[in-house]
Amino acid sequence: MTDTVIADRIQFAFTIMFHYLFPILTMGLAPLIVVLKTLHLRRGDERYAVAARFWTRIFALNFAVGVVTGIPMEFQFGTNWAQFSVFAGGVIGQTLGLEAVFSFFLESTFLGILLFGEGRVSPRVHWTAAVLVAAGAWLSGLFVTATNAWMQHPVGYQIAPDGTVQMTSLGALLGNPFLWWQYAHVLNGAVLSAAVVMASIGAYYLLAGHHLEFGRLSVGLGVGVGAVAALTQLFPTGDMNSRNITAYQPVKLAAMEGLFETRYGAPLAIIGMPSTTQRRLLDPVLVPDALSYLAYGNFRAEVRGLNDYPQDTWPLVQLTYYAYHIMVGLGTLLIAALLLGAALWWRGVLFASRWFLWILLLLLPFPYIANEAGWVVTEVGRQPWLVYGLLRTAAGASPNVEAGETIFTVLGFAGLYALLGVLAVFLAMLMVLRGPTEPRPEAGC
Amino acid sequence: MATFWFVVLAGMVVAYAVLDGFDLGVGAIHLAVARNDAERRAVLNAIGPVWDANEVWLLGVGVGALLAFPRAFAVGFSGFYLPFMLVLWLLAGRGIALEFRHHIADPMWQGAWDVVFSVSSLLLTVLYGVAVGNIVSGVAIDSQGWFQGLLESLLNPYALLMGVFSLALLMLHGAYYLCLRTDGALHERVHRAAGRLWGIVAMLVVVLTIATFALRPGILANYGAHPIWAVVPLAGGWCVVAMFRAHGRRRHGTAFVASAGLIAALLAATAIGVYPYLLPSHPFPERGLTIVNSAASTAGLVAAASWLLPGVALVIVYQAVAYRILAGKITTDGGAHY
Repeated sequence: MTDTVIADRIQFAFTIMFHYLFPILTMGLAPLIVVLKTLHLRRGDERYAVAARFWTRIFALNFAVGVVTGIPMEFQFGTNWAQFSVFAGGVIGQTLGLEAVFSFFLESTFLGILLFGEGRVSPRVHWTAAVLVAAGAWLSGLFVTATNAWMQHPVGYQIAPDGTVQMTSLGALLGNPFLWWQYAHVLNGAVLSAAVVMASIGAYYLLAGHHLEFGRLSVGLGVGVGAVAALTQLFPTGDMNSRNITAYQPVKLAAMEGLFETRYGAPLAIIGMPSTTQRRLLDPVLVPDALSYLAYGNFRAEVRGLNDYPQDTWPLVQLTYYAYHIMVGLGTLLIAALLLGAALWWRGVLFASRWFLWILLLLLPFPYIANEAGWVVTEVGRQPWLVYGLLRTAAGASPNVEAGETIFTVLGFAGLYALLGVLAVFLAMLMVLRGPTEPRPEAGC
Repeated sequence: MATFWFVVLAGMVVAYAVLDGFDLGVGAIHLAVARNDAERRAVLNAIGPVWDANEVWLLGVGVGALLAFPRAFAVGFSGFYLPFMLVLWLLAGRGIALEFRHHIADPMWQGAWDVVFSVSSLLLTVLYGVAVGNIVSGVAIDSQGWFQGLLESLLNPYALLMGVFSLALLMLHGAYYLCLRTDGALHERVHRAAGRLWGIVAMLVVVLTIATFALRPGILANYGAHPIWAVVPLAGGWCVVAMFRAHGRRRHGTAFVASAGLIAALLAATAIGVYPYLLPSHPFPERGLTIVNSAASTAGLVAAASWLLPGVALVIVYQAVAYRILAGKITTDGGAHY
């Protein structure tokens, strides 16, 4: 792999991972805002309106950073991955085009009304705007995931005489068997994250002893939604995704699990360090036969290990393996914490259990790390393919952009995004400290 | 079908230039016309609900090129690598300035973001003009079908003149938008600024038309073959006159429509001039990327047209509704988000 391709990969990985921090909350928070606005319309209780307004402000800040970091993603296919665009533009352009036309316009137009329209439009129209913003966010996730699912498991295409791929069926693209469980997992992961953010910030208010009513509402909604989402993240969405990977990308599965030797009754590695030189897991803690069961629903099933595949078709084993284990480990932690929260709520002591509120407060970064790690498994695990089985990553880069140019822009993005990240966190903390009922500083001046 | 998609892409470029054009122009004159915090907030709130949706048209242009003409998308964006990255960074700075400014009521914080917002808007309008200038001129595509567009060659006098024109034209366009959305002293100041900008725009239209005929005569070939199309640039000229008359009568709505018409006419005239090229090549014209050698499969183009048309119709309907809801003069009390 040349320097140019490595620089292109660093840039794409950095910009997409930074960008994705924001859509997680956009996709997850939007439906929760709809819930709050619905409760307000139904019950007429001002508490819900205050909460909806606060979370909409957080949403707007988050959305803005998501937009400005998202625009470069679309165009990097052209700037840095020109050969990939020539090869696959006729297919991925379709799903990305659907996203622009059916979700970006919807989301941005109605966010304008959601932010600037309160007081100018009726509560029902304002509620509709919130619903359409959420619909836009979810559709956007669908079309991006459809694009990615096609790169994981290409369907509905044919190879043209000039060697490029051309779409034959949009229905096949959207009916991709890889797509729907992946989408459910992505979306559910976003809802889980937003629920944890809500619970965590609510826990801060309860611990700090102000805005108690808002704090209780946020913790309640966050823990309630989060507990369900944490479970559905594992089953069925996570489980069904694994089965798709087993069926369509067996090398990725072997790398995720650190399985080198093909085995009947393959063990599941809870922990351990993969060595690609010795081709085994060092110091593993194993659950016998469990991997065979998870992959095939049968404890004795054969699972093929990495040794069965030529090494030039392996992904980066260590990164795939650790990212997968971090995702699963943090997912398990979230299930445990949120189920505990639900149990405390059931017994009526959730809001008084300071020790647990501290746990909730500190839980905030973990769903983000788990989501990012999941995408690392998906994307690194797909290597060395850019389009699985059709185009290698090394063959997808722009031939007319040199490593030095890309490193220059990597550094530019790094500086810009570092500043953006610091400012976004700073402003979000400021909003939290001012509290949900604080009038915004410039109002009336 | 490829010609249909050429028209669609040109239409999206026009939509982007007219819509994001006015909020970029508003940004470019922001520091000059809005003198105190209340005025600056009035300016920002005038474009606040719409700039983001306007920017989506840029994504529309990009993704439309990707799906219909993948090779042109790939060669174009990788060729204009660094300049396009500058565009992306400026877009980021501008969006962030708009969204971050209102969080802290402090003159230093707000002043700094006003400068970021205005300067990045200004540079963007210049860069877009430079891009159009270089596309009209053609780029140096090599024998493998690629080119490396470095700033040292892209920032040539013709393209820079185009950049300055783009700046003046979008400032004028933005000024008429602000005239519609503001009142009081700010309104008067923007009105006077628009008058001066009109003079610059009218002069540059003449200069650039002569420069283009003299330096890039190739763009006239299509008009020679089909003189009827000359009606498009003539319509642009008529818009310049109509704008002047509307300005004198303080009909800012008409003037805004005329500036939109001028932008649309100039871009359409350029598109007619370069057709069937998407990215002309110089000095080897046969290496240029056309709607034929860049197109995706006809089946894909037909499929995309079948969802694009109802999709865009839907967008136009609900954007019209949104503009109606948010129309009227800006007040900076209570309901303002910024």
